[in-house]
Amino acid sequence: MKKYTNTGSKDTRSGFGDGLTELGQTNPNVVALCADLTGSLKMGDFKNNHPERFFQIGIAEANMIGIAAGMTIGGKIPFTGTFANFSTGRVYDQIRQSVAYSDKNVKICASHAGITLGEDGATHQILEDIGLMKMLPGMTVINTCDYNQTKAATLAIAEHHGPVYLRFGRPKVANFTPADQTFEIGKAVQLTEGTDVTIIATGHLVWEALQAAETLEAEGISAEVINIHTIKPLDEAAILKSVAKTGCVVTAEEHNFLGGLGESVARTLALNTPAPQEFVATQDTFGESGTPAQLMEKYGLNAASIVKASQKVITRK
Amino acid sequence: MSDNKSLENLVTQVRRDILRMVHKVNSGHPGGSLGCAEFLVTLFNDTMKLNDGFDMDGKEEDVFFLSNGHISPVIYSVLAHRGYFPVEELNTFRLLNSRLQGHPTTHEGLPGIRIASGSLGQGMSVAIGTALTKKLNGDDHLVYSLHGDGEMQEGQNWEAIMYAAGNKVDNYIATIDYNKKQIDGATDDVLPLGSLSAKFEAFGWDVLEIAEGNDIQAIKDGLAEAKSRTGKGKPVCVLLHTEMGNGVDFMMNTHAWHGKAPNDEQLESALAQNPETLGDY
Repeated sequence: MKKYTNTGSKDTRSGFGDGLTELGQTNPNVVALCADLTGSLKMGDFKNNHPERFFQIGIAEANMIGIAAGMTIGGKIPFTGTFANFSTGRVYDQIRQSVAYSDKNVKICASHAGITLGEDGATHQILEDIGLMKMLPGMTVINTCDYNQTKAATLAIAEHHGPVYLRFGRPKVANFTPADQTFEIGKAVQLTEGTDVTIIATGHLVWEALQAAETLEAEGISAEVINIHTIKPLDEAAILKSVAKTGCVVTAEEHNFLGGLGESVARTLALNTPAPQEFVATQDTFGESGTPAQLMEKYGLNAASIVKASQKVITRK
Repeated sequence: MSDNKSLENLVTQVRRDILRMVHKVNSGHPGGSLGCAEFLVTLFNDTMKLNDGFDMDGKEEDVFFLSNGHISPVIYSVLAHRGYFPVEELNTFRLLNSRLQGHPTTHEGLPGIRIASGSLGQGMSVAIGTALTKKLNGDDHLVYSLHGDGEMQEGQNWEAIMYAAGNKVDNYIATIDYNKKQIDGATDDVLPLGSLSAKFEAFGWDVLEIAEGNDIQAIKDGLAEAKSRTGKGKPVCVLLHTEMGNGVDFMMNTHAWHGKAPNDEQLESALAQNPETLGDY
């Protein structure tokens, strides 16, 4: 089985910030908007390098989304930055009407997604945002797994015309995908080849899935790990091809099982080749305060949970 | 520049269009549409600098956003008569597969519309965004928007009002349709707005009032004054005092026609008060 190495842990939000810095130099139409979280979103370099293209909106997320929609008229490519909770649920109707329904070229960039936001607790964590965003017609939904991929995705969405939700996180996590990767929206990345179970993971759970695959290999179980960075549009062909071989699936995401990646995969399987599936996700609950590692363990979002789910799903074949 | 007589003729025809559109499908919002007919006719045919044809980016021309999207009949009629799409298409208002949706959208590609509106309180933010892009592009044309007074109850407006003043968005004129009525009754009864002029001024805007908001010359003068105040470091607010249902006697002085269509008899009476000027679609 192919092994992956952590080249040095980094936060995915820094991948976004560094991607935005590069876009500032390469694409004069890119503008950035922030709702009083410039440091948290790592937008400081862009702000310093291009003050005329950086817009501090203040604590007014609804206004930020509307201004971003308006800025597209005349050819700008706005990137909005705030926490995932305030990027989605708080401004759902603004995104729905002024961005998605109006087909505006706005990039909604959301940090501190999921439970790994940590100590601030459930008011700031969001485990429903993938569902909210994937239900909007025309919205592209991306959840990247590490620093390198987040940076590559940030560059890629500037070249894609249409509304995008880019989801990333706060903590330092393993950086293991290639620095020189080309990010293809809607294209799954197969990380390992296996024959017994397909593990489909997104975001921070991708590294956990790789750890799980190593544990499973030691037990004689061959796992095929697929990184689904784009939840919508979903790479259905890659999923079906893998499941045709393995006959069962574990999905893994830092999100509620309702409305997340797992449900999108289940629909794909139901419409084509039904197969047993286990869901590593939060179980219709809010989060709470704690360190990211403690929370991932308590809510069953780690390699150990993926191993258990894999062992179980194989028995259901 | 257009003479008042031809603008008045157009207003009368726009009124007929509004009434016939909502009557045909027995739905839509005639009250606010009639109240803003003189303003929008004047804005689109006298005040704004517009390019021929329609381009979503609106570069090197003035741009208008309708935030109170429920008065779609009037904007559709005004856009059609301005040449954005065939006047005959007004016949499809609110019908299945029409580009003239109940509330304006970009989704069906209707020329003249740059943002969906209907869910209230969003248009000012959008207009500010386009005004910022015009500044970035070195485009010295203006951005205009229209909002209902009841719509000011939506909190997003006040985020936008604070932002525009704090960031000197001075290439922007926001007009409030100040008819003091909303669906459930008088704004003073539903949720009092207090003094809109004092509020806008306190936030740092330059505010002017058009007391006769259904008089073409008053609108011309007021908008000329508003334009003269742009580029001076402050966004400009126009409080447009209008009469909901203007031009149809039984629709005036009441909020009852906010979202109600006339029946056959009422339509006949309303049309008799507004004889055909430019030909019905």
